[in-house]
Amino acid sequence: MPLDESFTGRVYPPQTSYEVSREKIREFADAIGDQNPLYRDPEAARAAGYPDVIAPPTFLTIINLASINSIVSDPELGLDYSRMVHGDQQFTYSRPAHAGDKLLLTTHIDRIMARAGNDFINLRAEITDADGAHIATTKAQLVVRGEDA
Amino acid sequence: MNTGDELPALEVRITRDQLVRYAGAALDFNPIHWNEQFAKEVGLPDVIAHGMLTMAVAGRVVTDWLGDPGRLIDFSARFTRPVVVPNTPEGALVEITGKVAAINDEGTARIDLVVKFDGKTVLGKPQALVRV
Repeated sequence: MPLDESFTGRVYPPQTSYEVSREKIREFADAIGDQNPLYRDPEAARAAGYPDVIAPPTFLTIINLASINSIVSDPELGLDYSRMVHGDQQFTYSRPAHAGDKLLLTTHIDRIMARAGNDFINLRAEITDADGAHIATTKAQLVVRGEDA
Repeated sequence: MNTGDELPALEVRITRDQLVRYAGAALDFNPIHWNEQFAKEVGLPDVIAHGMLTMAVAGRVVTDWLGDPGRLIDFSARFTRPVVVPNTPEGALVEITGKVAAINDEGTARIDLVVKFDGKTVLGKPQALVRV
């Protein structure tokens, strides 16, 4: 069943803010095997000019994915989660997120299209701090494989 | 820095226990990343790594080289082939290389990465834009 293309252009404003913590950053850095001291040592981060430890570049996937999952589980969109794969991902940064940031994420459905029996949905999230200053933009294309694909 | 400069390469073994750890850290509990039976039911050869984990590991070649990950301006990739992770202590070996592909006038450089598993690329056009 094709996706409901009338969802194109929909905007999902932040429901709540996500507070970045030192512990979650360390947990994420451990999970990707990254020993960079700027993720782990507040003194090293301050010496590099940051207010606290910074998050690895792909850390933002945590809140991005939560938003994606909430959008694609809307039954009216008609997306079969079990057939969905991550097609591509882009992050564009104004600055790294750091411990203490309260992140706000607004997600946009930029495009929905069907091609060669598969459905494609392009999502964009604008991530800001609590003052509304831009931290990063994430773009993801999700692919829903057709029944015959 | 010059166009064509190679970044220090990285070899990373991704194991099943790391997939579970990453699932918890990233809050990505899709069973194709930890449940062999489920993965096979949806047509995969076995459990596969999270695309975002592969991308995160690939990004280390750039951020290790930069020292300060805050110099990363843009990072993108397509997920073109899965990294299949067997239930063995060795797991899956992912090999990452990178080079300076272009130096731009506005004080930035483009880094092109090559990310391979089992001799084949698994990420399409993995690229980073960095402040130099």
